[in-house]
Parts: sequence; C-alpha cells; structure tokens
Amino acid sequence: MTTDGGTAARGGSRTRSKGWLAALPLLAFVALAFGIPAIALLFGAFTVKDPKTLTSSFSTSNLTESLQGNYLNTLISSVQLSAVVAVLGAILGTFLAQAVVTSHSRALRESVLTASGVLANFGGVPLAFAWIATLGNAGVITKAFGLADGSWSLYNFWGLALVYMYFSVPLMVLTVVPALDGLKPQWREAAGNNGATTWQYWRHVGIPVLTPSLLGGVVLLFGGAFAAYATARAMVGSTVPLVTLQIADALTGNVLIGHENMALALSLDMIVIAGLVMAVYLPLQKRSSRWLR
Amino acid sequence: MIASRIRFAGLAAFLLVGATACGAAPSTTAAPAASGGSAAGVDARTATSAADFGGLDKLVEAANKEGKLHVIALPPDWANYGKIIAAFKAKYPGIEIEEETPDAASADEINAVKTRKGQDRAPDVLDVAQSFAISGAAEGLFAPYKVQTWDKIPENQKEATGLWFNDYGGYVSIGCDAKKITTCPTSFADLLKPEYKGKVAMNGNPTQSGSAFAGVFAAALANGGSFDDIQPGLDFFKKLKAAGNFNPVETTPATIEKGETQISIDWDYNNAAYAPKMAEKGLDWKTNIPSDGKFLQLYAQAINKDAPHPAAARLWQEFLYSAEGQNLYLAGFARPVLLPAMKADGTVDAAAEANLPAVEGEPTFPTEEQNNKAKEVLASGWGAAVAG
Repeated sequence: MTTDGGTAARGGSRTRSKGWLAALPLLAFVALAFGIPAIALLFGAFTVKDPKTLTSSFSTSNLTESLQGNYLNTLISSVQLSAVVAVLGAILGTFLAQAVVTSHSRALRESVLTASGVLANFGGVPLAFAWIATLGNAGVITKAFGLADGSWSLYNFWGLALVYMYFSVPLMVLTVVPALDGLKPQWREAAGNNGATTWQYWRHVGIPVLTPSLLGGVVLLFGGAFAAYATARAMVGSTVPLVTLQIADALTGNVLIGHENMALALSLDMIVIAGLVMAVYLPLQKRSSRWLR
Repeated sequence: MIASRIRFAGLAAFLLVGATACGAAPSTTAAPAASGGSAAGVDARTATSAADFGGLDKLVEAANKEGKLHVIALPPDWANYGKIIAAFKAKYPGIEIEEETPDAASADEINAVKTRKGQDRAPDVLDVAQSFAISGAAEGLFAPYKVQTWDKIPENQKEATGLWFNDYGGYVSIGCDAKKITTCPTSFADLLKPEYKGKVAMNGNPTQSGSAFAGVFAAALANGGSFDDIQPGLDFFKKLKAAGNFNPVETTPATIEKGETQISIDWDYNNAAYAPKMAEKGLDWKTNIPSDGKFLQLYAQAINKDAPHPAAARLWQEFLYSAEGQNLYLAGFARPVLLPAMKADGTVDAAAEANLPAVEGEPTFPTEEQNNKAKEVLASGWGAAVAG
C-alpha cells in the first residue's frame, strides 16, 4: 500500500477523518453487536465436540456436512423459495405500485401506502394463523368451497410462497414507489416527442432508471424470505425443508443432542449465500445507477 | 435505495445474532444463593439423600428456609404438572414455585443450566428426555441424589449414583376424533387406508419432538424395523406422505378442537388427557395403542448441580417420587416409574390406573447407542421422507 496517493494531498482528508470519528459510536456498536456474534459463529462453525470425551477440536467437518445430503437440500429449498418469492413479489409489487402512481389519486395512494406499511410488517405466527384459519385444512374458505376434496393444500412449497408474498408484495410497493415517483414526466414527453412508443420508452428509459431500485427490492425480498422462520414453523412444520427450521431443530428440542455447531455451520452458509446475493447486486446496481447521475 | 440496503444489513445482523445468541437467557443479576440447609449443619448442595439432612422433616425445614423453587419446562397440561405443582404448593405453603417457560424443550433446559450458572434464576430441577439426562450427567451438570423410594425404581430406569432417574412415561398412541372418523385406526397399518386422507398428524417434528421421534420408532417396529434400525419408520412416513394421508399440521389441543388434526400420533398420556377436555367441546377423542408398534419411553428427573435452592430441589424430588406425586402423574394418564412397585404395595390409585389406555405385553427399551444411532438416521432422513 502506497502512502503517496493523490487524495491525501488535497487536504480533504482531515475533514474526512473527523467524519470517521463521529461515526465511531456506530462502528463500536456494529463491532459489538455484529462482530462478536460473527466471530463466535465462525469459531463455533469450525469446532467439533466429541460426544464421548467432551473435548473440542477445530475441523471443517461441520461445514462439509452442512453442504451435503439433507442439509444441502434444505439450503437449496430455502434459496428456491426465497428466489420465487423475491422475483414474483418484485414483479407484482412493481405493477401494483405503478398502477397506484399513475392513477394520480391521492386517496388511493395514501391508502395503499398505509396498508403496505402495515402488511409489510405482518409476519410470523399471527400471519401463519390468519392463513391457516382461512385456507388451512380446516379453514373457513377451504370448508366453504370444499377445497380439501380437491388437491388443495396450504402446507407445501407453493402455499408457503403464497403466504410469504402476502408481506413481500407490500414491501416491494414501499420500496419502488419513490423510484417510480422519480421517473420525470418530462422524460416520457421527450421520448414521445421523438416518436418513441410506450414500450420503447420503458425499454430504453424507464426500466434502466428503475433497475437499481428493482434489484434492491429483489434483494430485500430475498433476504426477508430467506431469514423467515416463525411463519414457516407454524405453518408447514418440517414438510418444506428450510434452513432456518433446520437450525432450530439443531439448537432446540427433545431429540437431537450436540448439533449446536452444525447450526452455526448452517448459519455461516446462510451468511455466505446472503453475501453472494449482495455481491451480484452491488456491481449491477453501480452500473445502472449511472443513469441517475 | 440506501434505506433498503441498511434494512438488509440489519436483517443479516439480526440473523447472525439470532443464530448465535439463542442460548443466552435474559437474566437478573447473579445472586449467589444462600447456603441451603447449613443451619442444620448440612450442606444441601452435596446431600445425596433425605437421611443426610437428618430425615424428611429436616429437609422440609431446610427447603422452607430457602422458600423458593425455580422450575422450567413444566406445561400444566402435560402429565398433570398443573395439579402436581398445585399439590406441592398446598403441602409446602412456605415454598414459592417460580414457573418459567412451560413449553421449553429439553435442550433449552440444559442450556438454561449452563448459561445461568450461579444465578438465582437457574432452574433447580429438570424434567428432560432420558438422552439429555445422560448427556447432561456426562457433562457434570447434575447433583447426585437418591429419593427415599430409590430402591423401588427399576435398575434400567436410573443412573446408579442418582444423577438422574426416570419419572414417568407413556406409549406411542393414536388419538382420533370418533365423531368425524367412522373407524378409528388401531395400528400403523390402518393409517395407510385411503379413508384417512390428509388426516394423520403428529405432535411436532421428530427431529425436535420426543413424542414424534418415538412415533417414528414405533412405526419402524410396526414395519419390520428394530431398535437398531429406524429406517422402516422413515419409509412408513414416506409411504404415508405419498398416500396423501400425512398431515403436516402439528397437533395441539387447539388444532384438535378445530378439526385440523383429526388423527394424531402422540404419547398416550397426552391423547388420553385430551379426551375429557374435548368431550366438553363436543368431540369424542379416542386413544388407541397401535397393535403393531408398541414403544414406551420415560422422561427423567435431575437436580441442577448449581441449584440456587438445593434443599427445595431435593424436596421436590421426594414429593414427585412419593405415592402422592406418582399417583398425580397417573391421574394425568402418564405411567409413573413406580407404578409396578405401587401396584405391589397397594398404594396405587386404582381408579386412575384403570383409566390408562390398555396395553398388552412387557415394554422393552432401546439402549443409548441405539437411540443415538436412530437420531442420526432421523436427522438426515426425515426431511427427505416428508418433504414436498
């Protein structure tokens, strides 16, 4: 690392270092609340405890095992579910937001945004119970329409995806509405004046400008679905293999003993996957955010 | 945009903290417990029997001096613990019982012992699955203690030095709402019949719930497996799932009442205890021990080595293993470990015993190795058996 870089000579570095100082409490907090658990997690994920001698040793066997067989299946299934929810949620959310923005109705806009704010935070066990009571195997609608006689079941992959969409779509609306507001009418008029069709406007102006927000929404939805636990726990038990449920199995219960480090290894896998998603998103976002300058 | 990134980072941080900090319990400040029965010249922490205190009366005295008992994971509607706690309170009004997290699992109990060492809020006594008792004893978490009725507990139901001893248990059974199901299933083979489509549930997931794990073991025994081979049990549930009969909803009294789980594989004491409650709601909840797969398992008691109230902890055990305590388990449809002894000496509550679901034959038990092996097979195979 060389010290004769151009930025240091410009004198701006002094104010910048002061800025860093002001952020110190935040950094200390992050180091404490994020760093220590992360280190403990790393440490535990690479530790193996012998059940007989109770001695611990360093090993990569937890991680190796976490990427094989049943554990690998749960990781894949979690990623699939999150991806489905993220993509479908982003598409539906964007169309809904666009409809609201173009309607120019203040009342509609306010009510949709308020409802989205509430629904985006509706998750966990209450959400699962709301769906179970409505569409579960003894749910009101299931009974009223005799759905159970057909092949309807809420307790599978698509049922869970449907329930996750319930909070993902509103979250997408909240994320994308400000971006849609940012599409200036003048751009559209300018495109129209130059003879562009609606499709051409969206293809060459609208979507490129929106891309960072859309991608951000997809990543956000992916993360939300990937980390969700309580809803799935209450609704599908073990019939949809999910990594969060697998971690809970390893940490608590009346059956498995000594799988705690396995849970940490699975958590590490989750962090890596979340990191990979961010790694895909950040460069794309950088590239497309040029349009906003 | 930035907001969403921050939210995502927050989410990731939450995930991390959630994953690593699960074992940590909220706690009051550590208060080293006052030395238990030191007034009587005995250290309650090391006393291994009531005789060490100078008799049960002296133990009661020492426990009264402590005035408190901290218990964890004792659900009031499980094996009659609600009434057992009430009876203990009535008998020893000087001792306050602090109940905590009634629905906690064995792993949570062991965690509480480890993470709250030296705190006043550490659990004094534990009610855990037997394998957790064995592993906890190996880790040196328990104090050895022999209750007065120690000699009557069968040899294979206790640790020789008194680090743990089994308390009550039950058979895997099939509960069924006879109002909605015309013929209640009486065997695992029955469960595969097309008439039970989407109806067969369990009390939890076998990688977490002891009763569901036992259910898979019983299914294995019913389908050509053995204590050494649980795989046929997994295959059975795979078949059940393929037939469309497996219902992933986990049974609770509420799901039974709502008709979500019309057939449920669970301990017989849970299923039998639901019957009177469900009768009030207009359901006819019947309990059958499957004729083709009988599996009995007992839970174990242990005393925390660092119990903040060591004398009260020991008194609690004396109470549980007295005829009164054991009959209370029985009244909750659980089979107390002293049942054979009590039948022999006539202290058993005959009416309560008559209420137990009928079983023929002598129970046998898997060894710890067999249990551990079965759990490993289950942990890796269960997801694949019922996924989809």
